[in-house]
Amino acid sequence: MINENNNSENLNKFLHKENEIRNVETPDGSIIQVDPLNDYFCTDRPEVKEPKNKVIEKFLNWARAESLWVLGFGTGCGSIEIPPLVTPRFDAYRFGVQMRPTPRQSNVFIISGYLAVKTLKRVIRTYEQMQGPKYVLALGSCTINGGMYWDSYNTINRLDHYIPVDVYVAGCMPRPEALLAGFNKLKERIKDGRAEGANEYAEKFDWYKSNQKKIVKDWNMPDYNW
Amino acid sequence: MDIVIRLLYVFLGLFIVLNWGLLMSAIMRKIGARVAGRYGIPYYQPWIDLIKLYSLRDSITHGVMFYLGPVFRVSGGVGIFLFMPLIFGSSYFSNFSFAGDLVLIMYFQFFGMLGMALGAGEGGHPYSAIGISRGLSQFTTIEVPMTLAVISIAVQYHTLSISEIVAAQQGGIMNWTLFTNPFATAAAMLSLLGAFGHSPFNLVKAPNEIPIGPPTEYHSAFLGVLRTNAAILHVIEAVLFMNLFFGGAGNWFELIIKSFFIYFWSVFVGVVFPRFRIEQSVQWFLKIPLLFGVIAIIIFM
Repeated sequence: MINENNNSENLNKFLHKENEIRNVETPDGSIIQVDPLNDYFCTDRPEVKEPKNKVIEKFLNWARAESLWVLGFGTGCGSIEIPPLVTPRFDAYRFGVQMRPTPRQSNVFIISGYLAVKTLKRVIRTYEQMQGPKYVLALGSCTINGGMYWDSYNTINRLDHYIPVDVYVAGCMPRPEALLAGFNKLKERIKDGRAEGANEYAEKFDWYKSNQKKIVKDWNMPDYNW
Repeated sequence: MDIVIRLLYVFLGLFIVLNWGLLMSAIMRKIGARVAGRYGIPYYQPWIDLIKLYSLRDSITHGVMFYLGPVFRVSGGVGIFLFMPLIFGSSYFSNFSFAGDLVLIMYFQFFGMLGMALGAGEGGHPYSAIGISRGLSQFTTIEVPMTLAVISIAVQYHTLSISEIVAAQQGGIMNWTLFTNPFATAAAMLSLLGAFGHSPFNLVKAPNEIPIGPPTEYHSAFLGVLRTNAAILHVIEAVLFMNLFFGGAGNWFELIIKSFFIYFWSVFVGVVFPRFRIEQSVQWFLKIPLLFGVIAIIIFM
């Protein structure tokens, strides 16, 4: 646990019933104690995984850039721009952008617009479940400085305080063309070897976690979610 | 023939089959895209996806069976390949086919499914469990008409060797099992629709319903292994049907043409028909395909 004082108190207050410590009868009749938060989740911290060989890494980065699997998770009003992106008018499949239904298999996380505190919790869990190298594309002015929700009681203002962001696409909302331009920018970054968000997250893990916990008051999940 | 040279030819055949399978999956998605009015992925996308999947830096695991699931799956696919004669009359591309290879191949078809069920079960995702239970119950019913068709052919040709079945069909198109035993062919081609898992019978992966079924928790190299296996398996199942019903292939060109049309028989059906529910699918296989299979048996008994 990173932040003991915050956690122990909050955990007791907000813990879901399925995550409580309980006794379970095994098939052979003996009783065992189950602590879901420790037993069912990995407790290791994320590690920095440095790129190794420069030449090979350049080739692999090209492959990663040309095969961007986007997680089908819309967080705000911008998610309405995703359906036109993958349907005949804009057809992002031409550029190697494909949609995946599960965070385990996707590499790109599109934060599409304002991020409510409730959604931030899900975004953190989902982001941590993705397998690195992973990239974040932030849509709209809401993710940059809060936009029209700047003084809202229930949204965050700057996304890159909570998860590392690779490319911002400005606008309210950006059109699918702008989103495609954002994908091209992301490809350039990956090919240059500058899109190391997963490593950045691992390096500054404590800072990110403390920021996240300042916002998410009812932190009732494990600290790590992978 | 020296075993080393033989192995080299097996690997060459595997390489060709793998690449043809990847190209076929790209063509399939291209056709789907054109039907939807899009251009779709580039033809080389499956290769890039594979490179990317194998090169991801993280890969978490859920336990031993989670590792072994894709291994079982790929050994099922490669197992079918190893005992399948690819080119008729070629001692180089007959792989390790022997007198009873048909029975072994029927067994290997189920082997991969079972391994995948164990592995995906350890992933712990509810959609995996739903996909597995659907997949196993559907595949069990597919096996019934398919096995009846295979038994009918075995009775017809008095052999369980695929090479001999192909040899018996040589000498003109009218000697193919398609014409000499049409009921067995019909039963098998209908159950093939389920084996390939395209649209009316895509309950296992069921896009937009239980996205994406058993491999929900599989990622990076695990998923890469599964995709490699899928490419091999699609071609090699088409080759099995080509050998049993469509006169085999005398060269690689013939193999590619025939396996393309056998595979795309299921794709074209899939473009037209919407998805069944699992109970509809199970009942469907136990009606007309089963009837055809029984008739095929009765004729040759």
